[in-house]
Amino acid sequence: MNYHFNFAPIFEQWPLLLSGIGLGLLLALVSIAIGSALGLVVAFASRAPNRWLRSLAFTWISILRNLPILVIVLFLFFGMPQLGLSLDKITSFIVALSLYASAYMAEVFRGGLLSVPQGLIEAGQAIGLTSFRIKRYIVLPIMFRNALPAFGNNFISLFKDTSLAATIAVPELTFYARKINSETFRVIEVWLVASLLYIVCCYAITLVLRAMEKRLVLEKA
Amino acid sequence: MTPIVEVRALHKRFGELEVLKGIDFTVAEGEVVSVIGASGSGKTTLLRCLNLLEEFHQGEVLIGGEAIGYHTRRGQRARMGEQEIARQRAMTGMVFQSFNLFPHMSALDNVTLGLTKVRGMPRNQAIELGDHWLERVGMLERRDYRPSQLSGGQQQRVAIARAIAMNPKVMLFDEATSALDPERVGEVLETIRSLAQEGMTMVLVTHEMRFARDVSDKVVFMEDGRIAEQGPPERLFMHPESPRLQAFLKTSSF
Repeated sequence: MNYHFNFAPIFEQWPLLLSGIGLGLLLALVSIAIGSALGLVVAFASRAPNRWLRSLAFTWISILRNLPILVIVLFLFFGMPQLGLSLDKITSFIVALSLYASAYMAEVFRGGLLSVPQGLIEAGQAIGLTSFRIKRYIVLPIMFRNALPAFGNNFISLFKDTSLAATIAVPELTFYARKINSETFRVIEVWLVASLLYIVCCYAITLVLRAMEKRLVLEKA
Repeated sequence: MTPIVEVRALHKRFGELEVLKGIDFTVAEGEVVSVIGASGSGKTTLLRCLNLLEEFHQGEVLIGGEAIGYHTRRGQRARMGEQEIARQRAMTGMVFQSFNLFPHMSALDNVTLGLTKVRGMPRNQAIELGDHWLERVGMLERRDYRPSQLSGGQQQRVAIARAIAMNPKVMLFDEATSALDPERVGEVLETIRSLAQEGMTMVLVTHEMRFARDVSDKVVFMEDGRIAEQGPPERLFMHPESPRLQAFLKTSSF
């Protein structure tokens, strides 16, 4: 094997690659924020006293978890305009990833809710807190802490899913890597650099989340 | 004088199973009442009815003369609204077997949460009162510790401070020392004893017979969902009348 690496043409496009990973991060952050908010509602609905609300929550979760994210992305971007709802590609992708994320986050939060001991809820009741305040001051803070490790795993996974936005020409990292690939033909170099950028980013996210876990996750009493 | 706690013909079912079969008893102001009996006799359920953690199906519970949990609307017995029930729960202070401190809060925040969010006390005033009660149970030096950094006995003392800081009419103790290591039992019993001596009204569900005998003004013996015998501790422990109590005392350690 006498392949001669030549990274120069890649690094000429460095600002593009950086802006690509930046957009990917932004897409992930926005989608995870929306997906988490939605997921939280679905998680509470899945534990609601009302039977219809519970079924609705479980239907939501099982539909979205059993669809490949790529199918959701393509369906929203190419399918919805046929129904008269055209979204620009970035918005369309954020909607797709948010919906997808909501199902996974709902499961994360549902697990977190189950991890809050009944005795703590009773302790809140015993001092005269209403059920809203018990949720606000006891259930939610404990749930978030207990859910943090699982939340982190999903965060990484959803960030990597932003590479699928390339299929609808959202200019994130994979999109630019493919573009540079076809312009320079430095195939190995460009995908090596792209891979490295993804790894560094994911690792950085892991470190941040681990630091948060260390501060927040509750030791067993 | 109005009793602090008055229970009238109380019945409670779990599905088909009737666990309380008509309970009557009262607790006067400043009185310490111990409820004893075998596991499954209904004593914890009775205690949990007193602060509405359990629903009950017949009869009445009055705290400070106020009927709690249920009212009669157009001849129908109905559970009160959430706000009302929350307010009534705060009239009693509960100490649980497994402490149930909020694990994400410091000892002090455990005590002040109810003061600020239920009593509407300003934060600095709540801290002052929280410190006062933590000092009272010997936990002031650990006010900033999390529950996981405290021993079982220390956690239970914080839990006592959390309950009593709310200024309840009566304190309820549900087997407060059963989950503790033997060497930690004494410190919690001492705390309870000193509160009793100060005139706090209390109902204790306990397996600590010696403590029940020493600290109580009245002992209630429960058997199969009923009160089999009640009276002053000297009489119940020294001269039990019912054969059931005689048998129970033989098997209990002092």
